Amino acid sequence: MDLNPGQIRLAIIAIYMLSLMLLGYVASRAFQGTKKDYLLASHSIGPFLLLMSLFGTTMTAFALVGSTGEAFERGIGVYGMMASSSGIIHSLCFFVIGVKVWKFGRQYGYSTQIQFFRERLESDLIGVLLFPILIGLVILYLVLGLMAGGTVIQAMTGDAVNGAFPAWFPALDARGAPTPMHGGIPPYIGGAVICFVVLTYVYFGGMRGTAWANAFQTILFMSFGIVAFIAIANRLGQTDNLLTNLQTVSSKVDAQFTTRAGMSQSEFFTYLLIPLSVGMFPHLFQHWLTAKSAASFKLSVICHPIFIMIVWVPCILIGIWAHTMNLPPSITENANRILPFLVKSQLSPVLAGLVTAGILAAIMSSLDSQFLCVGSMFTNDIVVHYGGKDRISDKTQVTIARGFVLLVVGLTYWLSLQNNPSIFSMGVWSFSGFAALFPLCIAALYWKRLTASGAVSSILAAMVSWLYFYRDSDWGKDADYLINLTFIGGLEVLPVVPIFACSTLAMVVTSLITHPPSKSTLQKFFD
Amino acid sequence: MIFMKNLIWILVFVLIAAHQDSWNWNDNTLVFGFMPMGLFYQAGISLAAGVVWFLASVFAWPPELTAAEIETADAEIAGKGGSR
Repeated sequence: MDLNPGQIRLAIIAIYMLSLMLLGYVASRAFQGTKKDYLLASHSIGPFLLLMSLFGTTMTAFALVGSTGEAFERGIGVYGMMASSSGIIHSLCFFVIGVKVWKFGRQYGYSTQIQFFRERLESDLIGVLLFPILIGLVILYLVLGLMAGGTVIQAMTGDAVNGAFPAWFPALDARGAPTPMHGGIPPYIGGAVICFVVLTYVYFGGMRGTAWANAFQTILFMSFGIVAFIAIANRLGQTDNLLTNLQTVSSKVDAQFTTRAGMSQSEFFTYLLIPLSVGMFPHLFQHWLTAKSAASFKLSVICHPIFIMIVWVPCILIGIWAHTMNLPPSITENANRILPFLVKSQLSPVLAGLVTAGILAAIMSSLDSQFLCVGSMFTNDIVVHYGGKDRISDKTQVTIARGFVLLVVGLTYWLSLQNNPSIFSMGVWSFSGFAALFPLCIAALYWKRLTASGAVSSILAAMVSWLYFYRDSDWGKDADYLINLTFIGGLEVLPVVPIFACSTLAMVVTSLITHPPSKSTLQKFFD
Repeated sequence: MIFMKNLIWILVFVLIAAHQDSWNWNDNTLVFGFMPMGLFYQAGISLAAGVVWFLASVFAWPPELTAAEIETADAEIAGKGGSR
């Protein structure tokens, strides 16, 4: 059977998807049938699997597709804004939050953040407030993953000449000429397939299946990322010597993109706040609890910044190299398509298919954990909390978790088909929301004086200010939206700065004027 | 040990300060002929972060996190009827 390049790439994507479903099936064979096993893999995850699953979960569409597109538009400064800052801050969060959360989780049997906050602050209201906020922010994060996945599949299976199904899915420009998306699987189908595959292995494999899939996916996107980088450099440089090729192609890039000339230093600095979001990611919280021991964290803490470098540096270079090519308008007008277009146009169909599997691996390794955590939160924080632990069997709880996941996936899928802004911009808004809750998290762990009223004030201040700025940025569509601090010499900062300040100020002031938690609670968490 | 712990926190702050490399802002040098200076420097920050966090995991790991303590807590939870 003769397959055209678009169909070859599609076949490799299909093989990858099937292997993930197989992995979910194998993981389901090890399933012990309990809620603890389904949601936390019975605390059995060792250092290597923890490293791979934490890294796979934090590296998403934002890291590969978003970073390449953003580097194409803004240059190499994107690495410092998001990657090296994350290398410092993520490990800091694993160290000062993750390990402590793991300890409390093991001591008091928590499965979700809300369980911890409710007991630490002796307040039921905290859960009622946090649940919709966390779910909403996770959904925003999920949407960008699905958008990227759909875009990647369409870009990789479409082609102006050799698209997979040109008769079924034509993509023509205003003059009627085929675009690079011609014949590609449209995002509404690609997104649905991604949802189905991730749901399958999450549904059957639970956290164990997710951790195994994450490890497999992390290995895949790291190794194929390097392969793609070398192959693209060799194609663009057109000699047999890799170093010569790297030098040739980099020397052609305009200085605007090899420096940070157009980037504000204050904006760059304030990006340091964005990675604090990992401290409040509910899916990371759940991953932390899967660790077999506290020592399991050490490998993640050490290797995370280095792994980030391995993934991001090639993406940034590929992004700026794209300026040395003649790109069609349909690609330059949507930076999310830069990476898939380069992979497709510069690599052989088989290699491009394998690299696509790697890109999808990065995207799906985050979606799975997020799907699982929303199910876990609904079951533990709503159903069991209000319905009573003894009245609902473990089996029923697992079923409820699965049902809620289906609901959230449906909503996310629908949202992903709307007219959304860039992946990078959406990611930054989602991370800003989580980062605004970081003061609450760190205070709950290290500040005895934090009160329930202080926490409520902090959450409300964070969300009201976040919504204000998000709306002001035309719901994220203004990708260059910054706050101009006229009272500090006109410094331009990200919206996360005032949001973070509001949240911290409200928490500290309200806590200091209200009664602290009881002595028994403070003893439980601080002695 | 307390000295090392403090030293590590100082190193973390040095990393954060060094991350703001304003001196490389407009440097158009290509290190090894292909790596823009700003990117090369920031990749170095990532490697340095790995070293600092290695030191942290050796010298500043929370001492109370012994396996015995957690095992005891697990056993207590099991005695009370499992996880919440």
